[in-house]
Amino acid sequence: MLEVEGLIAGYGSIQVLHRISLRVERGQSVCIIGANGAGKTTLLRCLAGLLRPSAGRIAIDGADIIGGSASTRLDHGITLVPEGRRVFAPMTVRENLEMGAYRRLWPRRDRGVPADMDMVFDLFPRLAERQKQPAGLLSGGEQQMLAIGRALMSKPRLMLLDEPSMGLAPRVVQDIFATIRRLNAEGMSILLAEQNANMALKSAAWGYVIAEGEFVRDAQSDALSSDPAVKAAYLGL
Amino acid sequence: MHAGSAILQLLVAGIGTGSIYALIALGFNVVFKSTGAMNFAQGEWVVMGGMISALLFASTHNIGLACIAAVVIVSVIGILSERLVVWPLRRPNALLITLVSIGLAICSRSLVMMILGKKPVGYPGFSEASTLFVGGIAIQTQTLWIVGLTLVFLLAMHLFFEHTIMGKALRAAAADRDAAAIVGVRVETTVMLSFAIAAFGGALAGALITPLTLSSYDQGALFGFKGFSAAMLGGIGSLPGAIVGGLALGLLEAFGSFYISSDFKDAIAFAVLLAILFARPAGLLGRADVVKV
Repeated sequence: MLEVEGLIAGYGSIQVLHRISLRVERGQSVCIIGANGAGKTTLLRCLAGLLRPSAGRIAIDGADIIGGSASTRLDHGITLVPEGRRVFAPMTVRENLEMGAYRRLWPRRDRGVPADMDMVFDLFPRLAERQKQPAGLLSGGEQQMLAIGRALMSKPRLMLLDEPSMGLAPRVVQDIFATIRRLNAEGMSILLAEQNANMALKSAAWGYVIAEGEFVRDAQSDALSSDPAVKAAYLGL
Repeated sequence: MHAGSAILQLLVAGIGTGSIYALIALGFNVVFKSTGAMNFAQGEWVVMGGMISALLFASTHNIGLACIAAVVIVSVIGILSERLVVWPLRRPNALLITLVSIGLAICSRSLVMMILGKKPVGYPGFSEASTLFVGGIAIQTQTLWIVGLTLVFLLAMHLFFEHTIMGKALRAAAADRDAAAIVGVRVETTVMLSFAIAAFGGALAGALITPLTLSSYDQGALFGFKGFSAAMLGGIGSLPGAIVGGLALGLLEAFGSFYISSDFKDAIAFAVLLAILFARPAGLLGRADVVKV
């Protein structure tokens, strides 16, 4: 459903991504592993319409979308769970979820939004308990749930997740990844960027290895997990 | 005059001017929320509200129509100001927008002087009877209009920010621009909207106060400073803070100029500003920002 070819992007005169190409099939779960600063966040920001690439092609279901903004990406069913969660700290949990559905509430109101909010509350009962609290008072794990919940409120078909394990306790990381696998099992396409290669390769079917803005390997996750070079560089084995 | 009625009289006067300060402070707070900047053109919009109302009143003789039209015109001027001055900034940040707003204030003042003239202008109050006597004190009917319409406007703002998706989008953009963009909010539009609201509040203040004080092109800086002090006093960025700060400043001025000296009336705002910056920089209702990294 997502095809990227020869993507080049950067900030000002600094080029970060050098001719990146990747594919995510419908319902597939794909991960990108690599060290800090390898270009994972830059890539996801391009895909989410937050950063304009200088060259290349991004297509969703065959339609070119490279010039679009974040709003048009959302209309195409692409949503981003950003690095560091980035919840709206002074706003309540419920308001954060409403904001996730912003494109479906403005300018035209989608009647399905309340039902989707109930679905998010079913998925994360902790959020239902705390729906009137300011998001800034939640724990890190709860904020990550909220960030995923907010992304779900846009009714996406492809969810981009940037470092969902960052700064979280191992138990909480397990829960978050279980949720990601569950969403994938229910049909959501997933593109996940992670430093925690171990967790990422366990939950994705296909993996790309990124280093200095280029993909250096890509293969089935199982194959990558047992690759000696990947093991040594990213799995700490 | 009886001491009790003197106090009541001062209370009414203080609440009247305090409401005006609250409207101006709200303008500072709304722009601060969406950009992190202090908009020093805020006071000029007060002057424009009063002077354009006077101009329209002179040609239409319909005070309601003149004031409504003036407030709408100044709101459009607020939008244009943002589009012409803030929007073109390639890398907007709070300091840059604050500095640019000082330039905007100076340009606006000169334009008002050139187009509307240097002469102070005014028009009668909104009601026929200008003064009511209640329980031994004299209340100007315009003061009642000021307090009433300020309440209506602040209530409308509260409903907008808490209960509409657009208002929530403004708060979201203020909380985290990047995250707001991720959910599809056009952040530049929210900045433009905040300038429109700020200009609306300022112009409303100007249209309401002119029957009591007249209006002239050079009052903007003082209005701006009073509103700024009120906003700082209440807690910058806080909407209830604008009301608390505005009323507190209005009452301090009313009582201060009566019991100390009316020569000190304007100095009180500056003394309050200094005191609050020393003692409680976050303001009465503000709280220090908790940033979780």
